Amino acid sequence: MLSLILRRIGIAIPVLLTVITLTFLMVHSAPGGPFDEEKAVSPEVLIKLNEKYNLDQPLINQYFDYLSGILVGDFGPSFRYPGRSVTELISIGLPVTFELALYSILFALAIGLIAGILGALKPNTPLDYIPMSTAMIGICIPSIILGPSLILIFGLWLEWVPVSGWGYMPGDKILPTITLGTAYAAYCARLTRGGMLEILNQDFIRTARAKGLSEFRVVVVHALRGGLTPVIAFLGPAMAGLLAGSFVVETIFGIPGLGRFYVEAAFNRDYTMILGSSIFFSFLIIFFNLISDLIAAALNPKLRD
Amino acid sequence: MNSNLWRDALLRLVSNKLSLFGSIYILIIIFLALITPFIAPYDYAYQNLELGPSPPSPEHWLGTDTLGRDLLTRMMYGSRVSLMVGFLATIVALTIGVTWGTVAGFAGGKTDTIMMRIVDVLYGIPFIIFVILLMVIFGRNLILLFMAIGAVEWLTMARIVRSQVMSLSKQEFILAAEAMGVSKASIIYKHLIPNTIGPVIVYATLTVPQIMLLEAFLSFLGLGVQAPLSSWGLLIRDGAVSMEEYWWLLIFPSLAFSLTLFSLNFIGDGLRDALDPRTADS
Amino acid sequence: MRLKLFLVIFLASIISSCGENTPPVEESIESKILYLGNGTEPKDLDPHTVTGVPESKILMALIEGLVIRHPEGKDPLPGMAKQWQISSDGKEYTFFLRDAYWSNGDPVTAQDFVYAWNRMLLPSLGSQYPDMLYDIVNAEEFNKGLITDFSLVGVKALDSKTLKVNLKNPAPYFVELLAHYTTRPVHKPTIEKFGEIDSLGNQWTRPGNFVGNGPFTLEEWKLNQVIKVKKNPTYWDADRVKLNEIHFLPIDNVSREDFMFRSGQLHVTSSIPTEKIEVYKKEYPQNISISPYYGTYYYRFNLNKKPLDNKLIRKALSLSIDREKITDKVAKGGQIPSFSFTPPDPNGYFPPTKLEFNPAKAKELLKQAGYTEGELPTFELLYNTSEGHQKIAEAMQQMWKETLGVNIVLTNTDWKVYLSRENNGDFEISRAGWIGDYQDPKTFLDMMVSGRGNNKTGWSNPEYDALLVKASQATSQAQRYAYLYEAEKILIDELPIIPIYTYTRIYMKHESVKGWEPNLLDSHAYQYISIE
Repeated sequence: MLSLILRRIGIAIPVLLTVITLTFLMVHSAPGGPFDEEKAVSPEVLIKLNEKYNLDQPLINQYFDYLSGILVGDFGPSFRYPGRSVTELISIGLPVTFELALYSILFALAIGLIAGILGALKPNTPLDYIPMSTAMIGICIPSIILGPSLILIFGLWLEWVPVSGWGYMPGDKILPTITLGTAYAAYCARLTRGGMLEILNQDFIRTARAKGLSEFRVVVVHALRGGLTPVIAFLGPAMAGLLAGSFVVETIFGIPGLGRFYVEAAFNRDYTMILGSSIFFSFLIIFFNLISDLIAAALNPKLRD
Repeated sequence: MNSNLWRDALLRLVSNKLSLFGSIYILIIIFLALITPFIAPYDYAYQNLELGPSPPSPEHWLGTDTLGRDLLTRMMYGSRVSLMVGFLATIVALTIGVTWGTVAGFAGGKTDTIMMRIVDVLYGIPFIIFVILLMVIFGRNLILLFMAIGAVEWLTMARIVRSQVMSLSKQEFILAAEAMGVSKASIIYKHLIPNTIGPVIVYATLTVPQIMLLEAFLSFLGLGVQAPLSSWGLLIRDGAVSMEEYWWLLIFPSLAFSLTLFSLNFIGDGLRDALDPRTADS
Repeated sequence: MRLKLFLVIFLASIISSCGENTPPVEESIESKILYLGNGTEPKDLDPHTVTGVPESKILMALIEGLVIRHPEGKDPLPGMAKQWQISSDGKEYTFFLRDAYWSNGDPVTAQDFVYAWNRMLLPSLGSQYPDMLYDIVNAEEFNKGLITDFSLVGVKALDSKTLKVNLKNPAPYFVELLAHYTTRPVHKPTIEKFGEIDSLGNQWTRPGNFVGNGPFTLEEWKLNQVIKVKKNPTYWDADRVKLNEIHFLPIDNVSREDFMFRSGQLHVTSSIPTEKIEVYKKEYPQNISISPYYGTYYYRFNLNKKPLDNKLIRKALSLSIDREKITDKVAKGGQIPSFSFTPPDPNGYFPPTKLEFNPAKAKELLKQAGYTEGELPTFELLYNTSEGHQKIAEAMQQMWKETLGVNIVLTNTDWKVYLSRENNGDFEISRAGWIGDYQDPKTFLDMMVSGRGNNKTGWSNPEYDALLVKASQATSQAQRYAYLYEAEKILIDELPIIPIYTYTRIYMKHESVKGWEPNLLDSHAYQYISIE
């Protein structure tokens, strides 16, 4: 277990360094400077701005300055919002995105586990087909279609929930959670069902039933473990997909999260924000992959390398 | 031995009704996409400002958009873009991934360690970030888009192939071949790769819809394909804006896109069941 | 099974509780909170460094200048200045300030204005609007660094309640101009508490730090979510203010803003999706507001790229544009086809110029320029990514192809790249738009003076420049307009830019909002707004 952790941390460092270097180079070769405005900036001001943001230094100096800054958690000032640092922007957007992701995963797990368990217990019956097909909807109706449709039906026609914001008005967290979570509910359902079926077909289950164990114990204590393992292992890689999904969902619902900040930064050539968030996202994904691998290994000793 | 396995697999695939439906649908879509330039009713950029948006009619089977462009035509051309991105990126990913994974798995030892460390390192780069960055820097070039996507998707492929190859390498028939002096290249091409095709194909089939989804997301955010070109993602975005008044602009592209994702997923499922009966339903 | 039951009950309780939500707009009749859709998230709230419309809407609530824009677009109303005197030669203004206070209790003084204009004109601050004050003696010189002693600039505090301004030339628009946010005062101790007079990214604009003299104070600023301002009890005209709070919601997606309005989350939107305009005219005529806006949508030519330096070709291109078709079928927002660069103004400014649609004449001019149809090189049309611009560009592409056989390549880039390319002269034809900063043709015509930052076309006409100088020295508005009309004629003859249409403001407004009248600059002082 410890060796797993150490090995993963050992990999994390070169990964982060690669991400930092690559993004740094890419961002600095992009056209469209951050200071282009409709009214051309005067030369004196341009000098001052370049000085403040260290853009007048040779690239290699900028690179090392940046690296040393990161070590103390300083990702530099934002170009788009003068007076705010990238760290500040990340700390504003991150809790929101984190909450959205958390609620979505909980939603996905709730729906997915239930559908998957039902399907595994009564395979090839309506109790299997109906929940699983409903779950399939999640995979095939992407958030770009589901989101606007939900807004139309529940926000506009029925007026049950607000259509925008996060934490600004009561109930505004419902639609985004459903939109982002539905795709993962489908995967959870399939993985749970598959994992449980594999276990349920094994001999020791028949033995347990023959021994007179209650169905509840058979399902929850034994089979579910088999169903949960792939789901948990899947969560790590799912983070990357969740990230992509959050960009879209935050844009559709106007949620002030990190995803939206990032897209905005990309459009506005906010170099420091792009760099800082890319690195941060990278770190997050590595971290979650590690956690999910650890949990999976804890649940299933066979996975400990 | 091989041909029997394939025939069995094909039989099982075909008997799975959903996969069958999916396969037929996909084949139709691909065929239509290929012959689009010959059969499209209108020029995809032709605007009919006088007409403006109109519901389905005999002249325009699926209606027109806000600039009077025929929706059916734009969907057909859009399918070319979406499918091209999906399949080509998958092929790129496949080529790189299979080669990388096979070499690493077969060579083992230090080569394997180094090669897989590189994969681990690259894995840490969030793919959507990478793609967005490329789009931002180099402009929204379609070729660049699918190369970028392909360059990110090969990693998982490599991992899958490598673990397959590693378990295969330990099997007796491979050891026997080695002992007999068959060249490494021969072993790779004649034995290893054909036996890994199964999981590779399954994964590839499931990758295509993921890539199409990624392209749709990017176009939706405004960072992907741009007009006058169309892709399903772009059409869905345009449709979402005016879905109340001009419902056909959202419904038809959404249906086509969803059905495609649906079909590809079920084909992938069917293939997985067909090639590896253990994981099929009891 | 127990789990399923629990879930069903849980979901049902959530859904039923949702049904009881009252939309904010309905509640606002009691709460007196105004919800405004405000476009993009403001960069900052410092009146001397920002440039955008969303920022200006918020600043209007927080800081008041010498004068206030009239809610119906008439002559400016007294703000911090309760009255003013203008000398007979029009070059000296004396402003008498009223008793008014900053939100921390300090009195507003004439020195505050001197400090503010000093700051705004400091080259090191990087304000993008210093030219607003260039009419003042030595202001331009100070801003360009030719002199460094601000006491030489023509603004003085005679005492704490009297401000004297000396201009280089009579400027009949000067008082009107002083309503613009860049000329408003700032609270020196606050600014210098968090930095120096010219520090970039000063934190004084945050809630809790911000000190202003306007009808509202800054309560909360949640990036990308909302900016809340609350009624300022120490504002000099607080009795007139009926609103308790205003929530500015940064909504960058037109379609989402539309949904928010329809579900009762907004009182006023910043725009309407093009597809819905016709529909809303029929279904919600009491909510839709379409009114002329003081701005021109136009295309710029880069005269450094041959053969765009040939006047005949530019005219041919202009004559091939069916502007009515563009406004009626493409833009569809009640816009008015342009006939001049400066939009017409009810204050009696109607340039005697024409921009016609005449394909036959266009072909004729093309021949005169020495080209046959289809012989012109391919041009690139650059615009910043937006559905609206794209539709117009595509329509333009088709029109030019039909009449002149010329091929146009459309390139859309995002905003920063677009600006960068324009600023560097890396374009052939580019789309542009300009909204007047104050209600006077100078704000448009000044842009095309030789060498000006906003010219970007490489066009230079000494006669045009001379006319503008003469206009600035004219002693009567009539004489001034006469010179400006001549300048417009030159512009329309040479066409370094081709005006397409005059903007309109199109947005939705809830019927409970009172006192919000359309005006040319779309300026709605909040002390006149109420919710009933």
